[in-house]
Order: sequence, then C-alpha cells, then structure tokens
Amino acid sequence: MAGTVTVPGSSVPSTPLLKDELDIVIPTIRNLDFLEMWRPFFQPYHLIIVQDGDPTKTIKVPEGFDYELYNRNDINRILGPKASCISFKDSACRCFGYMVSKKKYIYTIDDDCFVAKDPTGKDINALEQHIKNIMSPSTPFFFNTLYDPYREGADFVRGYPFSLREGTHTAVSHGLWLNIPDYDAPTQLVKPKERNERYVDAVMTIPKGTLFPMCGMNLCFDRDLIGPAMYFGLMGDGQPIGRYDDMWAGWCVKVICDHLSLGVKTGLPYIWHSKASNPFVNLRKEYKGIFWQEDIIPFFQNVTIPKDCDTVQKCYLYLSGEVKEKLGKIDPYFVKLADAMVTWIEAWDELNPATPAAENGKAK
Amino acid sequence: MRPPSLLSLTLDSALLRIAHIADLSHLPDHLVIDLFRRTLSAGKLTEKVLKLFLATGCEEIILAVQLLNIKQPLVPVLPTNSEVDIVIAALQPNLTTFFEAWRPFFSRFHIIVIKDPDMTEDLQIPTGFDLKVYTKSDINGVLGASSINFSGHSCRYFGYLVSRKKYVISIDDNCLPAKDTAGSTVDVVAQHMANLKTPATPFFFNTLYDPYRKGADFVRGYPFSLREGVECMLSCGLWMHNADYDPMTHVVKRNQRNTTYVDAVMTVPLGAMLPVSGINVAFNRDVLGPAMFPGLRLRNEGKHRWDTLEDIWNGLCAKVVCDSLGYGVKTGLPYVMRSDAEAGKALESLKDWEGVKIMDDVLPFFQSLKLSRTAVTVDDCVKELAGIVREKLGPKNAIFTEAADAMVEWNNLWKAHGAQNA
Repeated sequence: MAGTVTVPGSSVPSTPLLKDELDIVIPTIRNLDFLEMWRPFFQPYHLIIVQDGDPTKTIKVPEGFDYELYNRNDINRILGPKASCISFKDSACRCFGYMVSKKKYIYTIDDDCFVAKDPTGKDINALEQHIKNIMSPSTPFFFNTLYDPYREGADFVRGYPFSLREGTHTAVSHGLWLNIPDYDAPTQLVKPKERNERYVDAVMTIPKGTLFPMCGMNLCFDRDLIGPAMYFGLMGDGQPIGRYDDMWAGWCVKVICDHLSLGVKTGLPYIWHSKASNPFVNLRKEYKGIFWQEDIIPFFQNVTIPKDCDTVQKCYLYLSGEVKEKLGKIDPYFVKLADAMVTWIEAWDELNPATPAAENGKAK
Repeated sequence: MRPPSLLSLTLDSALLRIAHIADLSHLPDHLVIDLFRRTLSAGKLTEKVLKLFLATGCEEIILAVQLLNIKQPLVPVLPTNSEVDIVIAALQPNLTTFFEAWRPFFSRFHIIVIKDPDMTEDLQIPTGFDLKVYTKSDINGVLGASSINFSGHSCRYFGYLVSRKKYVISIDDNCLPAKDTAGSTVDVVAQHMANLKTPATPFFFNTLYDPYRKGADFVRGYPFSLREGVECMLSCGLWMHNADYDPMTHVVKRNQRNTTYVDAVMTVPLGAMLPVSGINVAFNRDVLGPAMFPGLRLRNEGKHRWDTLEDIWNGLCAKVVCDSLGYGVKTGLPYVMRSDAEAGKALESLKDWEGVKIMDDVLPFFQSLKLSRTAVTVDDCVKELAGIVREKLGPKNAIFTEAADAMVEWNNLWKAHGAQNA
C-alpha cells in the first residue's frame, strides 16, 4: 500500500483505536464496492466477509484490505451439521462472522451503508464513535436527561444518584441511519419518499427493562460480554420469515443485558443508508413477523431469567427453552428456532472454548 | 415614456397608506384589483390588508387569492389562551428582561406569577401581559395555615393550585428563549404543547425517537399494537448554557456549558425513572395536577436550583403515577437558555448538601414501587404513594415522613382549592 489516503474533512485517527481488537463483519451477496468510501476508516481493521448466496460466485474485495472471507461451503465445512443454525439467503448469515472472530469487539455494517456527514459537513467516522460509546460506561438504571453523561460537554444532571455514576459496562452500541430510514414494509408503502434528515446529536443508554428494535445495519458490540446472544436466528431460504434477524437478536440481547447488568446504547453514529429495498418483497418476508411480534414482545417483556444464569450462554439456553415452550404454541417455527439457538451456543462454545480466566459474558 | 396618470399616482399614494385604510368597499372593482396587484408587487400584503381586500367582496380578488395560494392565517391549532396558563415563580425581583424576552411567546396567555414569600422587594414586571401576581398574603389568604412550605422554588406549586387551565407551563425566572441549530428562536410553548398533545410511546423504545414528529415514524420491529400510544401528561424540557447540575458538578466543571442542541423528543419508557427538572416543565393539570406537588424539602433548602430536590421528588412520584395509570412522560425539546447567574455560588452550597445521600435512598425505593391496581385515579395513586413513602422511607430519614405529610396535605389542598369544582 503506497502512501496514505487522506479524505478532506474526515477525522482519521493517527493510531486507529482498537486496531487489533476489533473485527468488521460484513455480509454480502453482490459486491463490496462500498468499502472504497469507508477505506480511510476501515482499512486499519481486519474484515470478516460472510458471503451469502451462491458460493461459486467470487466476491471481489477492494485492494489493500486485510480480510477473511467465508461462503456457504466454508460455513458447512467449519460447522458441519451445526451449520443448520446459520441462515441462508438472508443477511442473518452474518452472525457466523461473530462466531469465528477472535477479537473482543465486532462492528457490523450493511453493504449499502456509506459514510454520512454531520451538520457541519464533516465526514462521520462511525467506527470511532462506536468505539467511544462502547468503551465508556452505560447508565441503564436511571435516565440521564442530558443523555450520555460521559460525552464531552455533558454530565450527570442534578438528582442523579451518586452511587450510580460509575455506570455499567457497555455491551452494545446501536447506531442510526440518515437518508433511507429503517421502516417496515407497511410504513415504506405508505411513506415511500420519507427520508431521515434529522441529525440527533445524542447517544443514550436504553433503560433497563425496556425493549427496542435493534437494527443490524450499523451495530457494534463487545463479543466477550454479549457475543453468544448475538444469534441472528433462522431467516431466509426455507424459513417462513425474513427481516427479523436483527430484531430477534436485539430482544434476546436486551433481556440478557438487563439480567447481567450490561448496557445498551443507541444514537450516534449515523451512517448514510443508500438503498431502499423493495417494499413488496419486504412485505412478503415480514408478513408473519408483523403478527408474531405481537406475541413475541410480551414474551420478552415477561421472561425472567433465573439468578443462577450467570453467563451469556446459560441465559441464552434458558431463553431457548422458554421460546420452545411459550412461543412454540404460536408456530412450529419457534420450536425449530429454539433448537437452532441451542445449536448456535454449541457451535459458539466449540469455536470459542472458554479459558478458565475469562468466561464469556461474565460482567465484572 | 408617458408620465404616470393622476389615477396611477393616487393608487400609489393609497398603497403608501394601505396599512391605515379601514375600508375599500366604495372603490369600483377595477381599482380594487389594480390596488391589490400593486400591494402584492410592493410586498405589502399583511393579514390585515388581506382581510381589507377580501371584505370588498370583489370576485377577482377572491379568485386571485385562491389561484396564488395565498394562505389566510388560520386561527392557530395551538392552544388558545383558554387552555394554557404560564406559571412563573419569582425568585428575583426584577423580571423585566425575562418578560420582555418571552413576550412574543407568552403574550397570548394568562400568566400566574408567584412571588417568593421570603422576598421583601417589590416585583418589577413590564406591562402588556394578562398577568396576576400572588404574594405571601395571597397564599396565606387562600390556604390559611398550611403545613406545606411554599417558600423558594416551591412557591410555583401555589400557581399550579390556583390555575384553572387544562395545561400549565412553568419556567424558571432566570431562563430566556433559546435558539435552535438553524438560529431560530425556540417557541417553548408551542413545543411543550406539541409534546403534550401528541401521544407518548412508553411500552417500546423507538430508535428514531418521537414517531409523531414530522419526518419520523415508528421503525421496523415496532409492534403495531403499540403504535397508538398513550396520552402524554408531562413534558420535560432541557437547558442550553447553564445546565441543571448538582452543586458538586457545578464546582468541578465550573466552565462547562451545555452547547449541544439535541433535536429530539422522546418518551421515557415504562418503568424507567428520570430526574425531572422544574426549570422547564409543562403538564396536563386537569389530570396530573394532584401529582404535581412540593413534597421533599431539604433541610437547608436555598434559593438556587441546586439547593433543592423538590422537583426531582415530584418528577419521580409523577412518573410512578403515570406508569401506573398508563400515561406518558416525554423528555427532550424544548430548550431554554439558562443564564449563568448562579454558577459561581455552588461552592457555598456544597458544605451542607443533603442531596448527595438522599437520592441513593430514594431511587431504589421508586424503582421497586408498584402501586395497587385499585388506585385508578391520580388522586388515589398519590394517597397510596404517600402511605408507602411514610412506611418504607420514613424510618430512614425524617425528611421522608415530612414529604409524605406534604403529599397528604397537597391532596387536601387540591380538593379544596385546586380541583375544577373547588
């Protein structure tokens, strides 16, 4: 790689933060041209490309990136029969990348997401903001009205208990999107022209006990703290549902984070979402999900993980049992999903044997 | 080029005085039309002038207005003065700058000013407002002997009591209008009313914040059955410049000023507690009034915001009540610009500051609180809450027993003086 690449107005740190501790996981089915725009921010990091769809197709990765690429054949080879838990023909397959990564942090982004500009016109270094979010504490037990108190220029407001000002470890940093907003199919059909133009200059912790719709387009998490819960479910080919992979992971993740006193942040950074997917195709994929979520949400709101589940895996396995028992009544899909959740944990533990000193998900 | 005709000169002359002309109906239509055209070209079409032309009944004018899509300013959908009271606690005597700055936004509304009972100086308030001042003698006159101490920041609650409007907006007297990121002055009344009049969404977090704002909506994954939302009872605004910090933070970060304008309103989720600052707040008095009380009073409560926790306590109680009854609480916009006046004095308040330890006891209590299903009105909820406070927190600190007493007393005062049929 000759010379340095400078993009006017960007903020490329001279020593990229967490260069050796963070992997960028990208699911793709077409090409990775979008990486060119991200080059100044992503090039220092290792990429894990998960190629969905036809494994005989060659996905060209732009020059100069350090990456490993897995297609369906690789997934089948590595996981054997356990590969059944990894979705096919759906970006949910990206969670395979989480499993094989050896790093502490994961950043995942969709291949139709580009660098956004902040209100001053400066390019947003999304990765840098995610790292700031995830390396500063969360505050899930009391809402700070000035949002993230650890941001420069902010602080805890009057009335915020001092005993809570140390915060908790942040497990997830959920970023947002300018331009094409992440709407469901019915909303897309009603408001096809709506664009998200509002830059909300805030990061905040989602309070304990509150569920949220986690979007996988611009997402960063601590693999050590919450990795095993980031299973993106059974979607796509052969499945009755699609476009709920990240949602499913988000509900499981939030419930477990609440149980283990880990924090989930949302807000900055923004990326620029360029492609509006076909709302009719989306409607077909989401259709069952729209009805099922009416039962799924109360399920997650009411589930109580027993006290003795003190690791992410234990919490997740407990959840899978509850899913099978309580949601299995709605549709046999959930029985399959529950089994896949167990398979996922088995595969995770196989690929990530726990060392005695650092068991996954144990919060300090 | 021909010189202008006498008629043309006359019309130009009329145009110069168009703002003072009361009636055009004596003019023949073709002259009215000519004058209208000139008024448009000169950029002198105001609401009053438009009414003047429309009053002539000239059909061409009416048609032109339609074709040119000239919008007649409608009676604002925003609340008229019959719905909103502005309540201001006067903790400083000179309110001239304050009221002049807020005049464009407050002049449509009835304003209730409560003078701090401890203040001896006379209040200075500019004219031109529909405004009533209540002083110590009014408070004593209306309430007689009350165990509630209305001095300092707590005096505003008397204003809540005597108001007869559906909505109340209350702002500290050291706050001025703020500017948004585009440089426009924030209409704090309009934003609070938008917050209170659109639903809140406490059951599930919307990652694009308030889905009812223009340009936003519920995101993918938001259950449809929860999209109707619930009625919003409390709107908590924020502060640019001098943020609402405790005295410790004021001292440690004495130069820090809040310069980040966060362009969002959001619902505080069900079960989540928050510190409600009384500096910039609005609520539905009809419903939530009985829960908007001065309960917790620190022993050395002073005149600075950081000397108090009464609003924090009030907010926690109100949130519990709202959660219990299925109402919503929003936070975020609007911003006010809070002045520096107090910042330097925080160090003095640190010596004795009881607030440090209080919140550590208070919060776990509120987080584990569940009111009974039989409490179905705000009144019932507050009564029950007072009982639980007395029982569970009273033993820890006498300050909580006093708070419980104040809550019960407020209940009585509300019945006697605050309720609509009082």
